[in-house]
Amino acid sequence: MLIIKDLHAEIDGKEILKGINLELKAGEVHAIMGPNGSGKSTLASVISGRDLVKVTKGKVIYKGNNLLDMSPEARSHAGIFLGFQYPIEIPGVSIINFMKTALNEHRKARGEDAISPSDFLKLMREKKALVEIDSSLVNRSVNEGFSGGEKKRNEIFQMAMLEPELAILDETDSGLDIDALRTVANGVNKLKTPKNATIVITHYQRLLDYIIPDRVHVLYKGRIVKSSGRELAMELEEKGYDWIKKELAND
Amino acid sequence: MTEVLTYKDNKLDFEDMFRKSEKTNGHVASFLRSFREEAAGSFIKSGLPGQNTTKYKYLDLDGLFSREYYYRFQQEIVHFDINHVFKCDIPNMNTKMQILLNGFYYGGQDSLVELQGGVKCGSMLQAAREMPDIFEKYYSKAVGKANDGLVDMNTALWRDGYFIYVPKNGSPGESLQVVNLVLSERNLFLQPRNMIILEEGAELNLVVCDHALSRKLSLSNSVSEIFVGANAKFDYTVLQNDHNSASQINYNFIDQGRDSRVEGNIISLHGGLIRNNHIVKLSGRGAENYLGGLNLTDGDQYIDNYVFVDHAVPDCYSEQFFKGVLDDKARGVFNGRILVQQDAQKTQAYQKNNNILLTDHARMNSNPQLEIYADDVKCTHGATVGQIDEEAMFYLRSRGIPENEARMMMMYGFAEEIIKKIKIDSLRERIEDFIARRLRGEMTRCENCSLLDR
Repeated sequence: MLIIKDLHAEIDGKEILKGINLELKAGEVHAIMGPNGSGKSTLASVISGRDLVKVTKGKVIYKGNNLLDMSPEARSHAGIFLGFQYPIEIPGVSIINFMKTALNEHRKARGEDAISPSDFLKLMREKKALVEIDSSLVNRSVNEGFSGGEKKRNEIFQMAMLEPELAILDETDSGLDIDALRTVANGVNKLKTPKNATIVITHYQRLLDYIIPDRVHVLYKGRIVKSSGRELAMELEEKGYDWIKKELAND
Repeated sequence: MTEVLTYKDNKLDFEDMFRKSEKTNGHVASFLRSFREEAAGSFIKSGLPGQNTTKYKYLDLDGLFSREYYYRFQQEIVHFDINHVFKCDIPNMNTKMQILLNGFYYGGQDSLVELQGGVKCGSMLQAAREMPDIFEKYYSKAVGKANDGLVDMNTALWRDGYFIYVPKNGSPGESLQVVNLVLSERNLFLQPRNMIILEEGAELNLVVCDHALSRKLSLSNSVSEIFVGANAKFDYTVLQNDHNSASQINYNFIDQGRDSRVEGNIISLHGGLIRNNHIVKLSGRGAENYLGGLNLTDGDQYIDNYVFVDHAVPDCYSEQFFKGVLDDKARGVFNGRILVQQDAQKTQAYQKNNNILLTDHARMNSNPQLEIYADDVKCTHGATVGQIDEEAMFYLRSRGIPENEARMMMMYGFAEEIIKKIKIDSLRERIEDFIARRLRGEMTRCENCSLLDR
């Protein structure tokens, strides 16, 4: 589904990603872990198409297409979803209007007619239940005045509405208490199918108790320095990142 | 009876105009003469406000007045199909509509109309004749010493306008609508003078639509005095949708009594040059004033909002929230001043002005000011001028919303913060629709007014 080859990228002339290689198949969950500043969010930005990151070398192929040529909206239509680390507040734009517009743009891209108001409401109800989002929240402006947990729930709600094939969840666990974490993780697990894939970016192992990864990668100084099964996350939790840093220094 | 307003040797020939005006003014209520003469004297001394004052720093009034305009002392007979105007009416909104045509009350100056609840409305001139006690009690009291040449000019020269009177505890039961039409074959100068009186406990919802439809130049210098008595509630929405060749300067003087509440929203969709002066005096304890403003300005248009709120007594609340979207080479000004007098303890006053500039050529000058002489108050003010938030744009696009649509949503959301305050549902929906189409570039003016096509 996703193939990343020798990806180099910079922000404001500073190289952040220094040759990333990654392959993800439908049905898989990959976790990307790593200390602060290792390039995790930059990788998420490259995949979702944020233009402040400049790709200088390498390829990102998604379902056989060159992803780097596509606009953020085209990537979304193609099934890519980014759960933001810091969801943006947009005063004056209601979640309902936002989601209706987004959903209809997706349908338009597939050559389908706009969703009927009653079907839309039905869908909203169904997805709201999935992430246990408060009904009054969706009538409000996007993320405006939301708590940290509400913002993250809202990200998963949007994901549920748009049913992406490849979801990248950037530090979705940060700022969540244990109950909110469980709810958000449950939401992600319920949305899992053999056809879609998820990249979970996280600093801590905690989230991976709930969302079980098939592969765990450690990103450090712009490179994936270790890839293994779920046990790697446990090891990191136990030993911390210093262990990896030392191991690399010894090489 | 038409006079040319002349401008010579870099000066408006006001004295000549005033003399001619007085010759034909014999029939107007005699008590107004002293006001006219005093105002004329003031204007002769001060002239038009200059750009050396903070208040008029960005507006070149001399430039504006140096064009040639015709000024009429009497209602001109204009043939137009009133049914076309009625299309300006808001669907599903019950309103009593009144029309000012070129500054004169249209549809009979010979008697005031009486509505439910003892409410009277009609021609300003007729009100002076028909209700002299009320008229004299209020006239010019909110204006006071305006120290403003344009207000003096209006007081000296006005010939008509609209008048609304709501008696004690009265209410017309439905919204009133005033449509200001400008329709002329010639360049026109007009100076309506309006008065709205809400006695104690009265209630009024008013919608004012400014429609300068003329392709000819027009310049309007209007003054409205609004008196809101103790416990009275006044809610008004102004929709400004003028042709590019129209310039309008408005003064709204609002005087509020104890525990009164005023909510106003000024939506400036289109207009060549718009200057609004909102001058509010909170003179009774517990008075509340909310004022919202939204402008969508493009091309070479100019929008200028001046706000002065005088907290003269304790326990009052005021809030001003103005927002603007400026495109192309549009220019905008916000000049707000809150004065909290020494006795006005427990005042709450908030002022905010936020703007989005869509191009490098659009310009906005914002100057919010607080002047506080009391020591137990809550006041804030602030202004922002910026571009569309690129982070938010990316957020919307990452959900599949194309760039243009995302920009539209952002602007619409920006406007929505003001629009949502409009309480009459059908009016709000209509304005939302106007704004959506205005932002998409689909509408330049109220298309239902087909007067121009005749």
